[in-house]
Amino acid sequence: MHELAICESVLRQALEVAASHGSSHVSRITLCIGPLAGVEPHLLLQAFPLAAAGTVCAGAAIEIKSAAVRVECAVCGAASAALANRLLCAACGNWRVALISGDEMRLDSIELRCSTCTRKGDHACVMFAAVRT
Amino acid sequence: MCNVCGCADLNGHVHVAGAILHADSGKQVEVMQAMLHDNDQQAAHNRAHFEAAGVLVVNMMSSPGAGKTSLLEETIRALKGQLAMAVIEGDLETENDARRIRAAGAQAVQITTGSACHLDASMVHAALHTLDIRKLDVLFIENVGNLVCPASFDLGQHKNVVLLSVTEGDDKPEKYPVMFRAADVLAITKTDLTQAVGDFQILRALRHFRQLANAAPMIELSARHGDGMADWTSWLLAARQACRPALTLRAHE
Repeated sequence: MHELAICESVLRQALEVAASHGSSHVSRITLCIGPLAGVEPHLLLQAFPLAAAGTVCAGAAIEIKSAAVRVECAVCGAASAALANRLLCAACGNWRVALISGDEMRLDSIELRCSTCTRKGDHACVMFAAVRT
Repeated sequence: MCNVCGCADLNGHVHVAGAILHADSGKQVEVMQAMLHDNDQQAAHNRAHFEAAGVLVVNMMSSPGAGKTSLLEETIRALKGQLAMAVIEGDLETENDARRIRAAGAQAVQITTGSACHLDASMVHAALHTLDIRKLDVLFIENVGNLVCPASFDLGQHKNVVLLSVTEGDDKPEKYPVMFRAADVLAITKTDLTQAVGDFQILRALRHFRQLANAAPMIELSARHGDGMADWTSWLLAARQACRPALTLRAHE
């Protein structure tokens, strides 16, 4: 169960991005995880709220994009889909292939929101304007 | 909290004509970084230490009980006088393995991880402070016995050795593709027990391993009986030579 350690690493990066943009609300974190990353997306989803509790990332939606396992054959040159534990060329059956996708474990993007009204985009926060007048 | 408007957002807004402009909100920020970015950076830092010291670092991974410590004990005995070696031991609890390594004649640092299922680059870095790696030819890192988690964490090592004992079954590479894909050498251990186990087929294990598109060599050995140890030690000596061909071995200094 190394997913918590991975969540803590993602959290550190998200907090850094939020701080550098002066934002106090992270609304969405988008990850890309391939089947050969060795990370279980559903365990990651369970672990993230524990890691993020009490931070500006608490409540952030975690979006996990998958990536297809694909190989390129060193013998016949074909590119094809493969299974995580059978990395064989679909065209000629050879195992001398290079993985071209499927082991991604990447933090793609972070969405920041207004901390007071949760609206997206640059805007004037009228709620506080009313308070000030 | 902002002193002017009471907003929680300290830096992301300016006050304009009675309204607050949240300039940085609702932004999608592209990151495109490894999820284990911090660990990768620490691992790169470790690797730079290892390169500067001219030491070959070998990460030993397997399920618990596959024979990592036994292989290291016999390696230390076999290569004493040829290679200066030390071991970083990772376990959830106890100093047992470190004691075995010291009894075999090499320096050992024990990392007890508590409940953590793997070593990470910062734990290895902390352990480095108790070792003079400039006096070593080879530093082994015996990872926590586990075929899942250790595969995801770069420690800064040069080579991964993955052990598969014949008592575990020949389909392990098919069941744990991430770990076996990472192997630079597949060591089939406890081969003296092959007959007693009965259904472990070495060619089937090799086929499952090759189906992960891994061309790494497979070495069959029994640390207890000595079969195959010469293959293993020559691989290790060659890896050490390839890592630092210009330097003489420190065991000779």
